[in-house]
Amino acid sequence: MNNEYRPYTLIAELTYRCPLRCPYCSNPLDYGRQGNEIDTDTWLRVFDEAEALGVVQLNLSGGEPLLRDDLELLIASASNLDLYTNLITSGIPLTFERLSRLKVLGLNNVQVSIQSTRPTGSDRIAGAPSFHRKLETMRWVRSLELPLTVNVVLHRDNIAEMEELIGLAERMSADRLELANVQYLGWALQNRTALLPTLEQIERARAIAASAKARLRGTMEVVFVTPDYYSVYPKSCMDGWGRRFIVVNPEGLALPCHLAHTLPGLRFDNVRHCHLSDIWHHSSGFNQFRGEGWLPDPCRACDRRTIDFGGCRCQAFHLTGNTGVTDPACSLAPDHGSIESARTRASHMAGKSVLFEYRTGRGFCSQ
Amino acid sequence: MLRMINSMTNATARPRLSPKARLRFDRRTGCYLLLYPERGLELNKTATEIARLCTGEWTVDDIVLHLARVYGDTSSGEIKRDVRNFLGALAGRGLLQGLS
Repeated sequence: MNNEYRPYTLIAELTYRCPLRCPYCSNPLDYGRQGNEIDTDTWLRVFDEAEALGVVQLNLSGGEPLLRDDLELLIASASNLDLYTNLITSGIPLTFERLSRLKVLGLNNVQVSIQSTRPTGSDRIAGAPSFHRKLETMRWVRSLELPLTVNVVLHRDNIAEMEELIGLAERMSADRLELANVQYLGWALQNRTALLPTLEQIERARAIAASAKARLRGTMEVVFVTPDYYSVYPKSCMDGWGRRFIVVNPEGLALPCHLAHTLPGLRFDNVRHCHLSDIWHHSSGFNQFRGEGWLPDPCRACDRRTIDFGGCRCQAFHLTGNTGVTDPACSLAPDHGSIESARTRASHMAGKSVLFEYRTGRGFCSQ
Repeated sequence: MLRMINSMTNATARPRLSPKARLRFDRRTGCYLLLYPERGLELNKTATEIARLCTGEWTVDDIVLHLARVYGDTSSGEIKRDVRNFLGALAGRGLLQGLS
């Protein structure tokens, strides 16, 4: 097999159901209109097929994966396949007993996200009371000697809390702290004006993260993900389209990223009907943006084409209406103006409070 | 922190893989992978051998001597450097513990 296109990670979105309502949720806007979740047997087959394709890491995600009552079975089966299994959760609803059971069954890592170091701030973002239970979940994770990742999605309202967030992760003895700026797609794009930090906020946060990273090297991995609205070049989204990741969404669509099916004109197949290997190698959706044949100008002649692969296809579409153009986040992109004007708006909005549009199941995207 | 990482490569330290790190054979390449959250390292033969000996029982010196024997290298200067570099790289990623 050509290792250029080998999936190392399967992101299994077990459900879109979630007790929280974060306004930057990465689930599709119309998730409430999705069909039925795929069943246990289908997931078990998908894990088998993914492992045979080369997958070694499994992220159990959602929505809230704890809402699946077959989670025990899924983790045990992943463990039999020797997959490194990471549970991405809010910790709600969870008991110490259930977490202990998941560990015994072979769970390798738990990632808990917090929205702020302040209970009221955190609960405001989450749209539900959750802060104290998240901290309790982290303590359970540590008391079971499970590795802990703390994830914080950064935006205008919490980016000033960098030091406190790092301090909280240290007190929890986290192994890894992800300080990831919001990716402005889906719900976050709806709420961009309320969420996008200013340049000054980003630069301050970046400096704090760099110093924490140096100070904590060897004990806690600190990862700071810049919003690409403030980068010179776009991110290598998912390490390139259909190169390293497979996402299987709650209804069984296999995708190069969790929003790929929201792009028009692409065809993706469902694991209910197809073998994952066929989908990975042969589906038109996965092959659409592989290789260099599809690259637009100026990517085509750019030295960075093998580094960032033209950037994010979803961002290209959502900001320009065209999936095949250079990601506007790139300073060389013809459509970079849309990013610059969003930055200008963010600097004008500094200090002002804006209401969020909370995630709901109405599916207003397609109205 | 750098001090701690150096201490891990002291001759008498007994490195142990941290709970978040897991060795896994990769059928596709015939190599071992060292997996940890969101990441993995593809190990060559020597690195695999070293990682396997990070059980908390072997000292860094024991590991160097063992490899020198396996590879029939009596000088072991180069092996010592390789072992220290590799352990330093693991420690920097938080993949070693139990060494102070």
